[in-house]
Amino acid sequence: MKRRVLSILGLAAGMNAALWGQVSFDRILAAGNEPQNWLTYSGSTLSQRYTTLNEITPANAKNLQLQWTFQARSLEKFEATPLVVDGILYTVQAPNNVVAVDAVTGRVFWTYAYTPSRAARPCCGQVNRGLAILGDTLFMGTIDAHLIAIDAKSGKPIWNVAVAKAGAGYALTHAPLVIKDKVIVGTAGGEYGIRGFIAAYDAKTGKELWRFYTIPGKGEPGNDTWKGDSWEHGGASVWVTGSYDPALNLTYWGIGNPGPDWNGDTRDGDNLYSDCVVALDPDTGKLKWYFQFTPHDTLDYDSVQVPVLADMQWQGQPRKVMLWANRNGFYYVLDRTTGQFLTGKPFSTVNWAKGLDEAGRPMRVNGMEPTVAGQQVYPGVQGATNWYSPSYSPRTGLFYIPTWDQYSSVFVKAPTDYTEGRRYVGTTPRSVVPNLQGATPINQRKESEGYGAVRAFDPKTGEQKWEFKMLDVTDAGILTTATDVLFSGGREGYFYALDSRSGELLWKVQVGGPVTSGPMSYAVNGKQYIAVSAGNSLLVYALSGR
Amino acid sequence: MYRVRLLLALGAAVWMGIPLAAQHSYGPADVEDGGKLFRANCVSCHGPEGDQVEGVDLGHGKFRRASTEDGVIRIIQDGIPGTAMPPHNFTDFQAGTILAYLRAVATSDRTAAPNGDAARGKVIFEGKGGCAACHRVYGIGSRVGPDLSDVGALRRVSEIEISLLDPNAEVLPQNRYYRVTTKNGESITGRLLNEDTFSIQILDTKERLLSFQRTAVRETGFLSESPMPSYREKLTKAERDDVITYLLSLKGF
Repeated sequence: MKRRVLSILGLAAGMNAALWGQVSFDRILAAGNEPQNWLTYSGSTLSQRYTTLNEITPANAKNLQLQWTFQARSLEKFEATPLVVDGILYTVQAPNNVVAVDAVTGRVFWTYAYTPSRAARPCCGQVNRGLAILGDTLFMGTIDAHLIAIDAKSGKPIWNVAVAKAGAGYALTHAPLVIKDKVIVGTAGGEYGIRGFIAAYDAKTGKELWRFYTIPGKGEPGNDTWKGDSWEHGGASVWVTGSYDPALNLTYWGIGNPGPDWNGDTRDGDNLYSDCVVALDPDTGKLKWYFQFTPHDTLDYDSVQVPVLADMQWQGQPRKVMLWANRNGFYYVLDRTTGQFLTGKPFSTVNWAKGLDEAGRPMRVNGMEPTVAGQQVYPGVQGATNWYSPSYSPRTGLFYIPTWDQYSSVFVKAPTDYTEGRRYVGTTPRSVVPNLQGATPINQRKESEGYGAVRAFDPKTGEQKWEFKMLDVTDAGILTTATDVLFSGGREGYFYALDSRSGELLWKVQVGGPVTSGPMSYAVNGKQYIAVSAGNSLLVYALSGR
Repeated sequence: MYRVRLLLALGAAVWMGIPLAAQHSYGPADVEDGGKLFRANCVSCHGPEGDQVEGVDLGHGKFRRASTEDGVIRIIQDGIPGTAMPPHNFTDFQAGTILAYLRAVATSDRTAAPNGDAARGKVIFEGKGGCAACHRVYGIGSRVGPDLSDVGALRRVSEIEISLLDPNAEVLPQNRYYRVTTKNGESITGRLLNEDTFSIQILDTKERLLSFQRTAVRETGFLSESPMPSYREKLTKAERDDVITYLLSLKGF
């Protein structure tokens, strides 16, 4: 099949956008061949959040200028990464309104308004992180745990299926992942005693094709890592989009914390597959391998980070690896064919473990867990990083992560009982650094009480190459370009460009609200754009004079 | 103009999925009072037909936040914090009369639904009637005309009937046809999705989403005739009843 490679040609003068072709799965797999488009949450199924568009460079980044703004009719955090297909930009206005706009002007073609059930109870904001597309159909997970297929041209719903019970705390907040003819989603709800799962749906009909429970059932391998019946309400949610390696035909997903979050007394054992990365066969949902970052977690160290897939020389041999900076403060490299642990070390202040053993299992420090009186642990509850998209640049060979450092929480535990639809967490941690809902534009903390940074690492050694420090913490993802420009932001409301080789600041703008999404890039008629959701708006930049 | 007809007879037990608690009964005078309160207090935002707030169509029983009768009354009384919907100092009974009025509006003329056969109507819709050549239902059919997947939840029998007999009688703004002629002479026709001082967005007859800068456009304008033919002669009364019955069965998601 001949794939679309070139930017849009043959348009009538003045015509900005045209939805020409259907987005086949071949196009998604070969997303690098059409960098003018952004066809999946992290830019490609390898999830490197890297673009080969090359108009914006370290030399001219200072000329970036706002092109247009889309203001969401929502005061919720704007966490979505848009998709762009042949000049049309699709995004989600929280909680679950899909919007199609002209990617050149921001003018709206259509809006699909979905009203979630009042039973919906997402733990941490009525958020949505984006869409998937296949053919001319968009797919959105909703906070009331539905999966909806929407016509990309008209904005009309095509099918709508209930994935799980919203009233029991299930919710869908991440962008679905399309693999072949299937749409794959996982369920949030780790603070409500759900039993998490990942499921695949027929893109044409919405029929469920397989389901992988992130907590093994009775009689299945791994069920014995949960004491008694604790597995039934053990959480292990999924709320960030996974990745896919077409050569291995494996899809990788990060799994969330076990529940109750901060009281592990009722769930002795490693609590598989909480805080794991799982490698699944996308055709069947069968588990190929798993790696657990934090066995028996009592600190809420969800492993929902985006699995970043890279191919590199490893000790003289080509190797397919997975790069992972975890919420627990450790950086890992895994062999993504087998799940073998290759290397790992802390990338931020950590006091709950003194290191990783040869298998990559943390060596715990006694007493560094929630107590009735409270125990201070580094990193704090939001982690040394979290769901914020990292980036890998094949050009610099560096791995880039948003991080919080010198950040701690006091973890307190209390008994808790399960009641459907109610929180099942075992009390709550306290920190000087608020979570984003509690944050204000005012920051009066000392650096020793927690700060944010973008850090660049040599992925082979975990050695830090540079950092760009911010006084306040960050909830922003990272985009890198083939021209050595890095885009990110932070809670202070700056969106900025760095030189990805040195960390030098090239350009910044105050966008008036925290950057709470991963930036992305696209092009129309050869002009490169950078888009980022921040505050309650989607902002789009390009070079002035173009 | 004011098109919502007041029907005094209340009898429908189901109102677009909103359960009726039947805690009160409202006579014709109460319904009329509710209409007065509605016109005095609600229409400045909701519009005379109750459809001017996005996602809400009071005249057709479509709400964003309420799922019960009590829920609607509570919203009328308390407002919705953080939105433009203010609280109102109505008693339960007064708020109930507004609800009764809306219920009367929503159920008006539904009793007049023809006794057609939805399955036969579907066959005519997709076959003899040629409707799917322009209209889409549940992802099948053309996008050139309005998607009808939820037409049964949004339009009344009389409105559907008028559209079949006299398509030009009333075309909703979102379904208007539009022509753009570019400066290089290209003529493109489609449904107008959006326009502003500087640009135009349409879905054209080739089902493309297109956006134009006015600086590149020579001429624009609405087409006076709906592309939809009249079915007065094309279908028999019985066939039209089947099609209407089928369309009324389409409730979306």
